[in-house]
Amino acid sequence: MSVQAWTFVMVGTSFAVYIGVAIWSRARTTGEFYIAGGRVPPVLNGMATAADWMSAASFIGMAGLISFMGRDGSVYLMGWTGGYVLLALLLAPYLRKFGKFTVPDFVGDRYYSQVARVVAVICAIFISFTYVAGQMRGVGIVFSRFLDVDIAVGVFIGMGIVFFYAVLGGMKGITYTQVAQYCVLIFAYLVPAIFISIVMTGNVVPQLGFGDTLADGSGTYLLDRLDGLNTQLGFDAYTDGSKSTIDVFAITAALMVGTAGLPHVIVRFYTVPKVAAARISAGWALIFIALLYTTAPAVAAFARTNLLDTVSNTPYENVPEWFSNWEATGLITFDDRNGDGTIQYTGVTTAVDGIPENELTIDRDIMVLANPEIAGLPNWVVGLVAAGGLAAALSTAAGLLLVISTAVAHDLLKKGIKPNITERGELLAARIAAGVAVVIAGYFGINPPGFVAQVVAFAFGLAAASFFPAILMGIFWKRMNREGAISGMILGLLFTAGYIVYFKFVSPELNTAEHWWWGISPEGIGAVGMMLNFAVATVVSRFTAPPPIEVQQLVENIRIPRSAVAAK
Amino acid sequence: MQEQKRVEYWKTNLRYLGVLLGVWFLVSYGFGILFVEQLDRIRIGGFKLGFWFAQQGSIYVFVVLIFAYVILMNRLDRAYGVHEDDEDSS
Repeated sequence: MSVQAWTFVMVGTSFAVYIGVAIWSRARTTGEFYIAGGRVPPVLNGMATAADWMSAASFIGMAGLISFMGRDGSVYLMGWTGGYVLLALLLAPYLRKFGKFTVPDFVGDRYYSQVARVVAVICAIFISFTYVAGQMRGVGIVFSRFLDVDIAVGVFIGMGIVFFYAVLGGMKGITYTQVAQYCVLIFAYLVPAIFISIVMTGNVVPQLGFGDTLADGSGTYLLDRLDGLNTQLGFDAYTDGSKSTIDVFAITAALMVGTAGLPHVIVRFYTVPKVAAARISAGWALIFIALLYTTAPAVAAFARTNLLDTVSNTPYENVPEWFSNWEATGLITFDDRNGDGTIQYTGVTTAVDGIPENELTIDRDIMVLANPEIAGLPNWVVGLVAAGGLAAALSTAAGLLLVISTAVAHDLLKKGIKPNITERGELLAARIAAGVAVVIAGYFGINPPGFVAQVVAFAFGLAAASFFPAILMGIFWKRMNREGAISGMILGLLFTAGYIVYFKFVSPELNTAEHWWWGISPEGIGAVGMMLNFAVATVVSRFTAPPPIEVQQLVENIRIPRSAVAAK
Repeated sequence: MQEQKRVEYWKTNLRYLGVLLGVWFLVSYGFGILFVEQLDRIRIGGFKLGFWFAQQGSIYVFVVLIFAYVILMNRLDRAYGVHEDDEDSS
């Protein structure tokens, strides 16, 4: 069977499973719609969290980024896993004890203020929309390449599926579809990785394979060969970094803290039955995530080696089939500047002294999807990878849409404008909000603001600068009050958003190390925004009244899993 | 629970957090970023050690840290009688 036929089979089957699961687990109450009734077993919650968390950026984008960035790509690996340590140790157990439904619920109650709640709602909605746009884009790329349809049509199909199970099933439907999606995506990620590892190094475990010697009998280590190829072609050595230490430090911090502050991840810990279950389910989540995250750098190294081996200095008429396929989508472009009919793929950007300049542009987002074809794996593996990419994008999109719908129906309507709304009315509002959110997300998917991983980086900076400090201080510092938290969140957010918007949109030509403050790139500025938030909140709270006694009791109460302190 | 016991429980929790987050910081920001040049001089198979910590090792340690915290806190909860029993306590 052809690649396309296999892709139809794999994608079709997986979609049928998601729809089946959604019908079986549809929500009947707001409790089920928002937090799946609070009865999800920890291992399953861990799996659902992993799928919720691992987006198109993790599945499709990350290994590609690493394969082009080499050691610098480590910021994503450490940043997107280290945040779970913060989440498990500093946030999840206490938020579970607090109970209720959303992150704005906590911020609003802890800081006894509608203003704080509204600021939190706006942050949650903004972060979720930025992030969801990237997912829809990922869906579009997969559809257009593998099923030969327009990106826009691909996005519409993705919207339809998510709409169906998010609107019908709410958190309960999403949780169980995410469990299924995790199984699909991890299988789809590991199978080609193991295949390629065996082909290239003879080692079955990719995590060990990329530190092993090549299978060609030369006895050379794969990473040494890769360093050699890279430098020979004028790129930086793969295992050396080119970013400054302070920037790497800041980006890693922003991604870690951002991960811990993402509302769609935090809310997953409201769905487990107990505090102890919240702690352990974060552990399960990280195990499931680590399975993919430790494989990704191996995939990156294999893909890079293969790519350099296959395309550089190859006559254009002899390029393999995958090359032409991706060229058709516009994601690979070849411009024969010196007219010799051969592909020069180098790190040289302007030709000097007969050394040819680079003629090949490759969109990093295609590396994972193209990898099985580059390595010449069987067609069914290619189809499987397409289904995995879709699972990753759809599961994350659904989690984010739920945050948006909850924020509107619960935080804005029930807790704000219309407190006496009935259960049925609230459920209906939540469903309508989810529907509207799907449509807006689809629009951004068709008209995207940048590439997948870059858009996502924006969401992290904002989560790091707003939610994380507010929640952390809310738990660990009883004296933190309304005035401090609100001013901290607002300033942290404005600073971070301002910096990113300035360098990314207003003056993108100035987006270089010498113009950045303290040498920190827009990707890492969330770390500074977070510190600003902490500093401002601390100072402001010193000069204003301490929180009321009930709130101090609430803090005492959430610190202890089963406490006798009557706070509520 | 008495005020004094509650304070003790919380202090022990904070001490665990301090130690575990110290390790967390060391393996990622320390081994993976700050001391990467020095560690890269040591090689294990095809991996330079600093590179390995940045792309593999830190992640394994993160997983261990969370499970260590789970075990420590379950024990602490029981010692102070604040663990949740089979009844749905919320």
